[in-house]
Amino acid sequence: MTIVETYPTLAEAARAMGRDAAYMAGGTLLMRDVNEGAGPARLIRVSDPGLTRVQTTGDGVRLGAGVTMAGVLASRELEVLHPVARLIGGPQVRNMGTVAGNLFAAHPYGDFAAALLALGALVVLAGQGSARPVEDVLKARDSAGLVEAIEVPRPRDPRAFAFHKVSRVKPKGVSVLSIAVHLPREGGRIRDPRVVFGAMGPTPLRSSGAERALEGHALDTATIDRAAAAACEGLAPFTDQIATEWYRREVAGVHLRRLLTRMEQG
Amino acid sequence: MAKTPVSFTLNGSPRAAFADPGQNLLEFLRRDVGDLSPKFGCGQGTCGACTVTVDGETHLACLVLAQTVEGRDVGTASGLARGAQLDPLQEAFMDHFAAQCGYCTAGMLISARALLDRNPRPTRDEVVEAISGNLCRCTGYEPIIAAILSVAEGRARA
Repeated sequence: MTIVETYPTLAEAARAMGRDAAYMAGGTLLMRDVNEGAGPARLIRVSDPGLTRVQTTGDGVRLGAGVTMAGVLASRELEVLHPVARLIGGPQVRNMGTVAGNLFAAHPYGDFAAALLALGALVVLAGQGSARPVEDVLKARDSAGLVEAIEVPRPRDPRAFAFHKVSRVKPKGVSVLSIAVHLPREGGRIRDPRVVFGAMGPTPLRSSGAERALEGHALDTATIDRAAAAACEGLAPFTDQIATEWYRREVAGVHLRRLLTRMEQG
Repeated sequence: MAKTPVSFTLNGSPRAAFADPGQNLLEFLRRDVGDLSPKFGCGQGTCGACTVTVDGETHLACLVLAQTVEGRDVGTASGLARGAQLDPLQEAFMDHFAAQCGYCTAGMLISARALLDRNPRPTRDEVVEAISGNLCRCTGYEPIIAAILSVAEGRARA
């Protein structure tokens, strides 16, 4: 039996958390376990409507933890993330699933988190002063704490960001893999690229190989070839019902090459 | 374990019932409220047979905690007809043979109604997208898409 505790603020919810409890936002993942009788003893919720707020800041957008994928799609400020949000679940799931919940979605979910990682988003945690990089939260999901907001920096050039999701069923299908790429450029050369793969490990992961191949280079055919060849470096794919580890390794570079070629051609 | 009283609006009428701890909205509606139109398919949020609206947005009732609809407006397929007057979508589903076994139909109708309320003239792609969270294992979807488009284009009966 799962009991539900609803608190007016995130701070109170944070105090109520414990080993026997799970924080519930949209419920699209947690309720599955609850329905099977395998839910946590306590579900912790927060009723504060402030958690669903989208605020424009100086250099980006601050997303309340409870903003849904539909909320992202309704915000013009978040246009860069629209192609990502549109590919999460079906319409009903997009009305329910939240941006912060996606950070904690186990493989093969978490395509939105992959995009946040590629954009260098920061996560504001309840009761903690400074925001932390998405990487930190993904690495320590169980102990990260409760998310209050996600700060998404606005890319200087929106065309420097691209997203691709590979699924067998369309338009709504689980990821074989997804790729989120952010390639800021200075004078035609790529600086601090971020190449993130979803469904290629327990959490979204950066491809250190592809990033190294892209750093300091112009986005041309030779660079794209090197990035594609090194795509799996830093990733840790495994076999599930959707695809085998071998298949994922085989196609990761192919899909990265296509995505980068599309970006090269503008 | 203590039950939670839940007061809400169902298809425009005020309703109240007691929800069990952790009970989902689908089971609550079917067992405790007596609305059998949303269907239990997977209980995992995959099939869309339990699609209802909460404050006008489509939700998967099997993934909604029943107690969270307190004070909210829930819509199900049983609220589509006005007395003997069917919703144009229901008429179109009959005309286009868009229901075979019928199990997905209630959820399909809710997703389609939500689409047309928001976007009265959707393209075919927008229709396909709107029902992408609803599985149908009988029709191959084409009759359903045709039915929805016929209402969108105002070609449906009545």
